[in-house]
Amino acid sequence: MTRDEAIGIMRDVLHQVAPEADLGEVGPEEDMAVVLDLDSMDFLNFMIGLHERTGIEIPELDYPLLATVERCAAYLVAHV
Amino acid sequence: MGDFRMPSLGADMEVGRVTEWLVKVGDEVKRGDIVAVVETEKSTIEVEIFESGVIEAIMVPVGQEVPVGTVLARVRSVTGGPSEAPHLEPAPSEPASRAGRKAATTMAPMVRSPVVRHLAAASGIDIASVTGTGEGGMITRHDIELAVAAQQTPTGRVRASPWARRVAAELGVELNSLQGTGPRGAVTEADVRKVGASLSRPDTAPSEPDVTTVAAHDRAGAGPKSDAAKQAALRRAIGALMARSKREIPHYYLSTTIDMRTASDWLEQVNAARSITDRLLMPALLLKATARAVATVREMSGFMVDGQFEPSAAVHVGVAISLRGGGVIAPAIHDTAALGLNELMLALRELVTRARAGRLRSSEMSDPTITVTNLGDLGVDEVFGVIYPPQVALVGFGKVAERPWAEAGLLGARPTVTATLAADHRVSDGHRGGLFLSTIAHLLQAPENL
Repeated sequence: MTRDEAIGIMRDVLHQVAPEADLGEVGPEEDMAVVLDLDSMDFLNFMIGLHERTGIEIPELDYPLLATVERCAAYLVAHV
Repeated sequence: MGDFRMPSLGADMEVGRVTEWLVKVGDEVKRGDIVAVVETEKSTIEVEIFESGVIEAIMVPVGQEVPVGTVLARVRSVTGGPSEAPHLEPAPSEPASRAGRKAATTMAPMVRSPVVRHLAAASGIDIASVTGTGEGGMITRHDIELAVAAQQTPTGRVRASPWARRVAAELGVELNSLQGTGPRGAVTEADVRKVGASLSRPDTAPSEPDVTTVAAHDRAGAGPKSDAAKQAALRRAIGALMARSKREIPHYYLSTTIDMRTASDWLEQVNAARSITDRLLMPALLLKATARAVATVREMSGFMVDGQFEPSAAVHVGVAISLRGGGVIAPAIHDTAALGLNELMLALRELVTRARAGRLRSSEMSDPTITVTNLGDLGVDEVFGVIYPPQVALVGFGKVAERPWAEAGLLGARPTVTATLAADHRVSDGHRGGLFLSTIAHLLQAPENL
């Protein structure tokens, strides 16, 4: 998986979780949950969506490693 | 013969507009079936019927706004025979369907409700492919919705390369709508682009054809309202209800800080061993503890009716859910105390999703007996709530975070949360309220027993 593919998946999943949220609004190093106003339920659904799309089992302790767009994409690329 | 009336979906509702009929004259309906979709100033609600029978006449057409209590349809009771039995059952709730779940997997698909059949047909779902989770393996509306959702998620039937998916997302093309020409019917980039080109023609309105927006589009035809007007109506409705609460209810407020070390450790440990889809969130524990504490202090759950308190034996905790774009709504999780933590977590996830998609059910709107609001995600330390009339109590939770904690003469740091109670002085006083909060705190010290 490339970085761009990872970001495409993130965008798809985010669209399902929070249809009005736009990944484009988030700066590369900004916290997605903060900028997009995702609560813990939204974030969990985002993680579940990424898991369903990629098969990656993301441990809860790793959630902070997926907080920004770039880190999340890098995590997916590294673990797929 | 019975009348199906415009229900009151919250104390602030005076009028409603039927935006969709899910039944037609001659259809057989069962108590608990969703028969219509009603738009209020706050939300769009799926309305359940409380009488079994046959729809004899539809009195209010789609699009017409009518006051609460107006007869929407006439229902002829089906007399004699076993179909009368549902009258004797309590309100349809999760436990009933849970009982049937185990049996469901081995039984042939069954559909009793025409509403469900209608929904399946409208959504293009093959009934035979659906596993029923209702009583005796009956296929419920929820099962169909899940099937629709499964079709829409990439883990469903649609095969497509990541690249094709990406292009589809960019062009706003729904993969489910495509006939794939690739290997094993996979949707290819070319398939997507072919449809994408027709979508972007100027005479074709751009669309995001998921279930919600399609429904919203249908509804728009019934009585369009601009977003600004909707937002204004929503603020008016919330304002009117909260003003009434502050005017009529003599609130008192209490606050306590709860040690959450045991609960946090337990949650971390449990989640570490679970697949991501089965993990719990702290709000599930907080809801459960609140619901169970009602068994100790009964006067927190119920309704104030004409100056008299009517306690509710069943505890249906309303969960305050913020709506995207503004506003808050507090639908019930039925029989909260009776649900295991896993079931409660599932119910919560599902409720939040439906609340935000505007697909709540009428019983969820009218049934909450106490409300919980959780603003911890925003970093709020404590929240002092306004009681939702006619309820008599509201519990607020702030952020679970590490804070200084003194114990046995030693100062340390551990996760804590501040729980608050806003309660009705006509029904209880500070002593009972204090007992209620301390019971919640106590229950949270043994999360494995929740």
